[in-house]
Amino acid sequence: MVELKREELLISELADLLVHDKHIAVGAASPIPGAAALLVKEEAKLQNNRLRVTILHSNKYNNFTDGARELFDCAAQGRIDTFFLGGVQIDGEANINLVGTGSYEKIQKRFPGSFGSALMYFVVPQIILFREEHSPRTLVDKVDFISAPGFSDENIYRPGGPKFLLTNRALFKFNKQKKRFCLLKIHNNESLENIIKLTGFKFDVDDKITNMSTPNKTRVDILRNKISYMVSEFYPEFADRIWGI
Amino acid sequence: MKQFDELSLLEIVDEVKDGDLIGIPADYSGVPMEFTKELIKKGVKDLKLYCLPLTTIQGDMLIGSGCVSEVEAAAVTLGEFGLAPRFSEAVESGKIIIKDSTCPALHAQLQATEKSVPFMPLRGVIGSDIQKYRKDWQIIENPMKFSGNKNEPILLLPAVQLDILIFHAPCVDKNGNIQIGRRRELATLAHASKNVFVTTERILDIDLFDDELSAATCLPALYIDGISVVKNGAWPCALPGVYGADNDEIKKYSIAAKTQKGFEDYMKNYLSN
Repeated sequence: MVELKREELLISELADLLVHDKHIAVGAASPIPGAAALLVKEEAKLQNNRLRVTILHSNKYNNFTDGARELFDCAAQGRIDTFFLGGVQIDGEANINLVGTGSYEKIQKRFPGSFGSALMYFVVPQIILFREEHSPRTLVDKVDFISAPGFSDENIYRPGGPKFLLTNRALFKFNKQKKRFCLLKIHNNESLENIIKLTGFKFDVDDKITNMSTPNKTRVDILRNKISYMVSEFYPEFADRIWGI
Repeated sequence: MKQFDELSLLEIVDEVKDGDLIGIPADYSGVPMEFTKELIKKGVKDLKLYCLPLTTIQGDMLIGSGCVSEVEAAAVTLGEFGLAPRFSEAVESGKIIIKDSTCPALHAQLQATEKSVPFMPLRGVIGSDIQKYRKDWQIIENPMKFSGNKNEPILLLPAVQLDILIFHAPCVDKNGNIQIGRRRELATLAHASKNVFVTTERILDIDLFDDELSAATCLPALYIDGISVVKNGAWPCALPGVYGADNDEIKKYSIAAKTQKGFEDYMKNYLSN
């Protein structure tokens, strides 16, 4: 068995969540979600299925011609099945913070900003929260700033919302009724005790908790021989670091 | 008679006044970096940056150089190269005002001006702290009987008109029509700006409107107040379809700008080249 990088395992894990989609969109600073989406597209092609992928920061893998607003219009029209969001902090009710830590008026550490999260989180049916760092400072009890809320009142238009949270140690599913995450999978080298220790919020644990899946050889080959080069077009630094291209 | 005003880069720089609300294109739409360099040299003050919807090195340099008092944006970032260090420092120390927004809201506020209506509604956003801190935004109940959901709260955003917009384009035709390709957000910015100036790689001796294919890629000359040819005018940012970003240079900047001293040393060299 070939040695797999952790990033490759995450790409594969994300790809498993995308297999039923018709259109996946990928936003800023998301090389791993971008690679996962292109991987699933390539696999769909081999099965004679059609899947659309829009990588916002790519000229080549981009279906839009109406400017940067088209992503948001397209999502609001319900034409995007999955989108990825991250966060400086993510809390136990799936609120996300992309703005900074400390109180807003006297911010301690300022991060880039909320991007399009405040609309995308509401309108895309499957939002996958993705944050590599799994620690008490990223997965917190309560975010310092809500860039986009994890849930909304009944009268708010909200066909979309959080479905999964993937970190470099674990995969959680979000339960909308309970407003709470449930742990589904952990990385092979992790223990449940350690995940509990490193997670700043309380969560449920699935009865059938498993290890993260290992991709088969066919998938690894596609990823390394094809997807890697595609990714280097829009995330050259990442492609260089992971695959040396 | 020539169908447009060809200006020098410094003449365009002179059009920017202290305190202007200036349109800032994203890193994928043609960032006018050579113009920005001259603007910093001029020592312009109190600019209000309206980013559609984000800014990278251009905004960070202007902030670090003390040219900016306010930023309205969905993000200020160096992308793959991490945080925008001068922006983060300026917000943390209270040197600038940040009006936190979200991408579709920044588009919608300009779209209101495009249509000359006083506001534009947008779904989502309600319940976020972005909305909580934006006193210029309002929530109403959907007033329509047969469209949307009954009793649905909906966000209203004010129309925003920019004082001035400058961007960099691959080429311009002999009549001053600008090739923007699929970067249609540049059209939104231009429609919503009182004055628009363009720096470009070259002026072509053709009419882009002669061909349906090229006509569809244009921002018509009627929105443009002046054009200046500036070779490599987006460097180190990319000019889509023409050249890529100089990632080594942006990385160099991202490291240098971590401290104000490092930033000043970098800028001294950058401004003298």
